[in-house]
Amino acid sequence: MSLWFLFALMTAVAIFAVLWPLGRTAQQAKGGRESAVYKDQLDEVDRDVSAGLIRPAEGEAARVEISRRLLAAAEAETETHATPRIGLRRAVAIVALVGLPIIAGGFYLRLGSPQLPDMPLADRGSGQGASASLEQLIGQVRAHLEKNPTDGRGWSVLAPVLERIGRFDDAAEAYRNAIKYDGDTAIRRAGLGEALVSAANGVVTADAKVEFERATALDPDEVKARYFLGVAAEQDGRGKDAAAIWQAMLDKAPPGAPWRPVVEAALARVGAAKLPALSEDTIASTKDMTESDRTAMIRGMVDRLATRLKQNGDDVEGWLRLVRAYMVLGDRDQARDAGEAARKAVGQDEARLLQLKDGLKALGL
Amino acid sequence: MIAEAGHYALVLALGLALIQSIVPVIGAKLRDTALMQVARSTALAQLLFVGLSFLALVALHVTSDFSVANVYENSHSLKPLIYKITGVWGNHEGSMLLWVSILALFGGLVATFGNNLPLSLRAHVLAVQGWISTAFYLFILVTSNPFLRLANAPMEGRDLNPVLQDVGLAVHPPLLYLGYVGFSISFSFAVAALIEGRIDAAWARWVRPWTLMAWMFLTLGIAMGSYWAYYELGWGGWWFWDPVENASLMPWLAGTALLHSAVVMEKRNALKVWTILLAILTFSLSLLGTFLVRSGVLTSVHAFATDPTRGVFILLILCFFIGGSLTLYAWRASALKQGGLFAPISREGSLVLNNLLLTTACATVFVGTLYPLGLEVLTGERISVGAPFFNLTFAPLFVPLMLAMPFGPLLAWKRGDLLGAAQRLYAASGAALIAVAVLWAWVRGGSAFAPLAIGLAIFVIAGALTDLAERCMLFRVPLPISWRRARGLPRAAWGTVFAHAGVGVALIGIVCESTWNTELITTLKPNDVAKVAGYEMKLDDITQRQGPNFSELVTHFTVTSNGKTIGVMTPSKRNFTTRSASTTEAALLSRGPSQLYVSLGDAAANGGIAVRIYHKPMVLLIWFGPVLMAFGGLLSLTDRRLRVGAPKPAKTARALQPAE
Repeated sequence: MSLWFLFALMTAVAIFAVLWPLGRTAQQAKGGRESAVYKDQLDEVDRDVSAGLIRPAEGEAARVEISRRLLAAAEAETETHATPRIGLRRAVAIVALVGLPIIAGGFYLRLGSPQLPDMPLADRGSGQGASASLEQLIGQVRAHLEKNPTDGRGWSVLAPVLERIGRFDDAAEAYRNAIKYDGDTAIRRAGLGEALVSAANGVVTADAKVEFERATALDPDEVKARYFLGVAAEQDGRGKDAAAIWQAMLDKAPPGAPWRPVVEAALARVGAAKLPALSEDTIASTKDMTESDRTAMIRGMVDRLATRLKQNGDDVEGWLRLVRAYMVLGDRDQARDAGEAARKAVGQDEARLLQLKDGLKALGL
Repeated sequence: MIAEAGHYALVLALGLALIQSIVPVIGAKLRDTALMQVARSTALAQLLFVGLSFLALVALHVTSDFSVANVYENSHSLKPLIYKITGVWGNHEGSMLLWVSILALFGGLVATFGNNLPLSLRAHVLAVQGWISTAFYLFILVTSNPFLRLANAPMEGRDLNPVLQDVGLAVHPPLLYLGYVGFSISFSFAVAALIEGRIDAAWARWVRPWTLMAWMFLTLGIAMGSYWAYYELGWGGWWFWDPVENASLMPWLAGTALLHSAVVMEKRNALKVWTILLAILTFSLSLLGTFLVRSGVLTSVHAFATDPTRGVFILLILCFFIGGSLTLYAWRASALKQGGLFAPISREGSLVLNNLLLTTACATVFVGTLYPLGLEVLTGERISVGAPFFNLTFAPLFVPLMLAMPFGPLLAWKRGDLLGAAQRLYAASGAALIAVAVLWAWVRGGSAFAPLAIGLAIFVIAGALTDLAERCMLFRVPLPISWRRARGLPRAAWGTVFAHAGVGVALIGIVCESTWNTELITTLKPNDVAKVAGYEMKLDDITQRQGPNFSELVTHFTVTSNGKTIGVMTPSKRNFTTRSASTTEAALLSRGPSQLYVSLGDAAANGGIAVRIYHKPMVLLIWFGPVLMAFGGLLSLTDRRLRVGAPKPAKTARALQPAE
């Protein structure tokens, strides 16, 4: 609450700054005069002449010129006289009293995040330690590797860590060194490829594709490499090839493989609907169904979720899941509607609203 | 709470700027003093709130509050404190906040110290300032808001561009902005004069301190930027005719012209319409500079981010202010009363020549900077207009300018005596000729023009001193009287001497550095010795060191001359892991105004390292000159006396001639 108090105080100061001069009488507000400048100039000429900086004759000429200006200025000044406008002053006072808070409030509420507290790093104890120690560990390993640049095992430990914290170029370099000094393996080639893809903001570049192909040559079942070859195909506009690659992966997948949902989502993206990540049991039970039955079942599940959220709208995660499900089903309009409904349902709570906004943005809405 | 309070303060400043833009104009129109006085209190309140907002952003950077997007993107918790502070304006959003803070600072200064201004003029000036502030507050809030928050605050920031992690960032941008933005006051005065439809010598008196202040800061800002580029970029170059540099040079040239034409206006009530136009053009060029640098049209170390909406927004601001003020000028200028007349050979005449040459030089830079951009937009063809173009066009304009420079102060107002001035410059010309002759006989190599250029520089410096000697009648009256006269001289006269001499000093530095510098690029292993310009440099060792947020490759060079050790140089290469970028930290060793310069290249496979070694004679004079100029400006600024240009009455002048 002290934040709003501070805002109110600041607004009051701002309004006061406008009102203050309005309340003062005209006599107190005196400006400078142009004629004052010329009078000073005349004095200056006298001083210069007596100091011997200019000759008396020149001084006289200057005095004549300046006097001419002085006369003109004095004439202009007598014409003007102040005319107080009480009504207008009151109008300005009202504008300041009402307008300032409206402008300030309007802009601030659109742009600001009053619900978020300050988070200086010093107050975020635990997390900082973790991050700092990770940085430190990386620093130590790097220092070690600078002395022993041919330690392939060191490089292969460092590479995935660098990739995790987002230093993709460094990670790619580390993978290359690992391959150079500690042998060529499918996992390292795939890791290198992934680092290159991440460094290129998710685009499977020609270099990355070569790495994935090398990885599958070494081990035809290398999951990451095969997945990314699918992504490469998708990005080349060959959706069917991508679907074939991923379908083959799913067919051979061991039950409970952790990467299954990812591949299924990818498959759904290219249009070969094998819908939202379902549990093994559900999938098993859908095996005997026809295509239309299966879609109907999924629709049913989605509708149940929607009904539940209608009754209890606080569940931001649930809303996001619903929106995602509509997106996967290819129903963009309904997804957008769900997003709108979610916004209304959690509208009161700023923190949740932000979480929702972030989530929706991540889904591309 | 700091972040949100800072954000709210910025929004309040926008509200106050809006009121400041409108109410005083109405007040001036209806002659209501209270309404005009609103300008003053709102300007001060605006300064208070922008100041709070800026301090809030500094506090957020210092405490590494990564819930603020701007801090996350440009800071790092391990950065040294000074770079946490300077990093506030080492990015687009923060630097724009600094821009408006300085704008509000100047507005507040006019409100505080503008007691001598007529009420309506002050109201108009502050209202125009309000328009400018409003535009830039909107720009910041809508497209470049430094107070946007992240719901999930990251644990670590992305660090500042390593090239900017240097003390230069603490000095160069604030100085440059004080210059750029300072010219907004001259602009506001010009627009206010156009609105009021009246302009006199008094106007020039009032606007003088503001123009001088802006010019001083801009001079220092450009010089410091150049020195920073010189030691940080590792190539030993100090001016590249890069569009960003040109963007700061153009307002400087126009501002220098404005400074001189305002003198004519103050003393002789002439050149009034032209002075107004120059005031408008100078700030317009400052705005253009801001647009070029901030819109992402140019890629350089200054373009922090490229976001098309920002470019479009600044372009709109640019069109509004430049177009609006020039339209107003076209509409009202004819109504302004013309000033007095003067003969071509006179102080006024020489200042007109100065203005012609400076504005032409400015136009040259303008064409050279914008033509390639325009061509690329229209045809997609990329050309680069570099040093050859500017050397061919800029130099021919500056040579006559510098030749004429010593004559100006020696000519009398209204009617001058060119022959007399030339006679008084005999000594200066003699000094210049001797310098040329000695240099031709003594130095080998380099361009044949170099000794001539140095002769010109000597002529300028000696000319400035001649002016001083003339004014205190040195050698014509006993020394104590000369001394008394020198002390009694207006400080503005001393300012002229220093500023003009500064130009000559800088020219000596420029010519020496570009003609006689020695360069050696080689690969050295520890204990190897390199020989440059009579110095022997031994590479002692190559070591690795860990800094706060970088790792560093440090080398030690022992420098000997004629067997005597004169110093140790430690150039290094820093590797910044967070941004995976590296910088070269060149080592400098000054010998008088000359410098030895070592910067490191890449490490070679055989344990050696590539090094670039330069010997740069007289290089420090390049920056010492502008410092002298700024010092001259400061002297002139502290001169609070009124200025009168005493005309020389035609008859008496002739009558007095034989007496001299």
